[in-house]
Amino acid sequence: MTTPRLQLTGITKRYPGVVANSGVSLTVAPGQIHAVLGENGAGKSTLMKIIYGSVKPDEGAVMFNGQPVHVRNPQEARALGISMVFQHFSLFDTLTVAENVWLGLDKSLTLAEVSASIDVTASQYGLDIDPKRPVHTLSVGEMQRVEIIRALLTNPQLLILDEPTSVLTPQAVEKLFVVLNKLASEGCSILYISHKLHEIRELCTACTVLRGGKVTGVCDPREESNASLSRLMIGAEPPALEVRALNAGAAVLEVHGLTLASDDPFGTDLADIALTVRSGEVVGIAGVSGNGQSELLFALSGEDRRAPAGSIRVTGKDASHHGPGKRRALGLHFVPEERLGRGAVPTLSLAHNLLLTRRDALGAGGWLKLGALKAQATDIIQRYNVKANGPDAAAKSLSGGNLQKFIVGREIEAKPKLLIVSQPTWGVDVGAAAQIRGEILALRDAGCAVLVVSEELDELFEISDRLHVIAKGRLSPSMDRADATIERIGEWMSGLWDAPSGAASEHHKKETAHAAA
Amino acid sequence: MLRLEVRPQPSARWGYASPLLALAITVVIGVILFAVLGKDPVRGLQVFFWEPIKSTYALSELMVKATPLLIIALGLAVCFRSNVWNIGAEGQYLIGAIFAAGVALTADKTTGPWIIPAIIVAGILGGMFWAGITALLRDRFNANEILVSLMLVYVAIQVLNFLVYGPWKDPLGYNFPQTKTFESVTQIPKLMQGSRVNIGLLLALAGVAAVWVFLFRTYAGYGQLVGGLAPAAARYAGFSSRKALWIALLTSGGAAGLAGALEVAGPIGQLTPYVPAGYGFAAIIVAFVGRLHPVGIVFSAILMSMFYIGGELAQSRLGLPKSITGVFQGLLLFALLACDTLIAYRIKWSK
Repeated sequence: MTTPRLQLTGITKRYPGVVANSGVSLTVAPGQIHAVLGENGAGKSTLMKIIYGSVKPDEGAVMFNGQPVHVRNPQEARALGISMVFQHFSLFDTLTVAENVWLGLDKSLTLAEVSASIDVTASQYGLDIDPKRPVHTLSVGEMQRVEIIRALLTNPQLLILDEPTSVLTPQAVEKLFVVLNKLASEGCSILYISHKLHEIRELCTACTVLRGGKVTGVCDPREESNASLSRLMIGAEPPALEVRALNAGAAVLEVHGLTLASDDPFGTDLADIALTVRSGEVVGIAGVSGNGQSELLFALSGEDRRAPAGSIRVTGKDASHHGPGKRRALGLHFVPEERLGRGAVPTLSLAHNLLLTRRDALGAGGWLKLGALKAQATDIIQRYNVKANGPDAAAKSLSGGNLQKFIVGREIEAKPKLLIVSQPTWGVDVGAAAQIRGEILALRDAGCAVLVVSEELDELFEISDRLHVIAKGRLSPSMDRADATIERIGEWMSGLWDAPSGAASEHHKKETAHAAA
Repeated sequence: MLRLEVRPQPSARWGYASPLLALAITVVIGVILFAVLGKDPVRGLQVFFWEPIKSTYALSELMVKATPLLIIALGLAVCFRSNVWNIGAEGQYLIGAIFAAGVALTADKTTGPWIIPAIIVAGILGGMFWAGITALLRDRFNANEILVSLMLVYVAIQVLNFLVYGPWKDPLGYNFPQTKTFESVTQIPKLMQGSRVNIGLLLALAGVAAVWVFLFRTYAGYGQLVGGLAPAAARYAGFSSRKALWIALLTSGGAAGLAGALEVAGPIGQLTPYVPAGYGFAAIIVAFVGRLHPVGIVFSAILMSMFYIGGELAQSRLGLPKSITGVFQGLLLFALLACDTLIAYRIKWSK
């Protein structure tokens, strides 16, 4: 047997109050694409940081190419031939691609030489990118290419990718997989961190599953099913969702002619958005982040009140200039993407965080009834199965998934007529995600209108009745979920719904014909 | 080697212990300072920490100094908790004093006791007016409130100088830059005979309760807190940041103006160029040492008042310069900022 590229034995890392890794062992062969699968909080990130040298393990040994090594910092890791592409990019928006790559390299090369080697690497792996373009003009997928090129220029023997597909369109994911397979065929080992089961089964040749900081299984993902992998990952199969027949009623949210310039210089301007959500249906908006989702949600929630008069109607009333409080009074409740700092105040207790959107524990003159508030919070904690240290626990002491359950519970318990949810299960583990989707569907069945904005196509397919795609600040026409395919959505994500190409345009013509008739 | 390690949760215990440790460090450095200056450290500590509390009269003087500090710091606590950085309480205090003096100067032998509430209201309005300028510039032109409020302190000082050197100068005052002594009817009523403590102390204690209720038991106060802790969450909830700005500045300005009125119509009794005593700046330290909590501020106001009195005594008893007060105030603030590290971090020894 050949010497493994990387071998971890008995890695343990304790943080105050939590053991992030407990006796973790992992072996990666040369040229292997090795998946590290686990829920949020399973210890994947800590393990990768240990390999990359930014965290020191308390116990355990690291062997690289058969030699015991003590990686003390990322520079040493890169010198050994270990590179990492982080989930959140570390690029300077105002610099060009070449300048950004140059910043991360030894200063032995000139900028021109770096540009030349970017071109060579880019063409070698099919990672098209112009080194002279400023980073803020790139799409997210292109930014990721810059990060990968930066990693490749150090000639790595081991490349670590942390949730690389979370921001990509399906087409971009396929391109990425081609690149990774080529790299692996040349002998570079790849550690692929993800919780997306189908991707791992498609791409990886080995898989180590983590749960609660411990290894719960080592397998060949190509021989496993989604169900068997998720059993290893969460200890049980995720509860299946039952989707019932559509029973849509009157329009609750009507958006028409919503054109709005972004107040952020790097933001996306909204152009002539039209959208209807009826009671009893879930409408999904797909799209790669940064295409106007946050601007649209700001305008819908009332956090941005500059929408043209009459462009946003809630239960038939013009709400375009209303603030969030007035819109809530009309029955519009909103779960934002950022939980800490926007959906909840990090340092305040869960009970106090109820007051952000709920006013039912207020007495005369705005007096806070703390007892009622705590009872309400306790109720939500129990009903939504939130793991928290009681109603007095600070919001930031909860894990992302549990805080999301609490926030979703807070908005659902307000009995909204229209619920708008952004990234309902972003960064949430599989069990909690299934629960949140279940709650959303239950709300829909109870006659609420629901608008979901998400980057996760699987999720939108699972819960939506109709789908829109947002691209570059424009919103596509809606399609029934039955007509939606990954390919068509992917095409629309590039903004191609009215270009005369393929099925998408035919469908669009049909729709406009309907509208004209 | 000493190493700082992030605590999983901020320590509540250190939230309380940090000001005490900061005080201890201040005392230790103070002792070293006295020794270096060739003074007896025990005598020095006595002057600062024992003399101000050793008799009823000393205690009452302690209260006289603590009252304005407490009132201003209460207003600042609301302001700072709303993430609005009003550094110019000294200026609002001065304009409050000037407005109050304007009313007090209208009194003559026939004036009734209604003048007292009029003086107090005028002081509050004066402070609000001065803070309102900052609020307006921030609201309309997005001017930085730290700079604007600070610079307005110096404008306020010039306004005071203009009045006492010019139109309000006492014609019988041998050309000294001061107004005439106010009529006795304008004197803020004293609490007891033989001391200078007046009803301002009661107003201050009522203020403690009012600020506590406002911040922790009302929806409006909750909105202010959220605006300070997480502006994006306040926007999401629909709390207006403009409203929060105006409430914060008008509250702190009004409090500072009230303190100015109580001071000028109380212990001072006339307007002189020496009205600005630095209470507005010291109150910033009082507010932070008191953890921006109304009850904590009571203790820190008393402590800071001790430093004022100790500094005055140190001049006569130990022959030290008056700036020793400022040294102690600064030491305490820096020690507190350092000790606050322990709330979020713990110290670890490692090889």
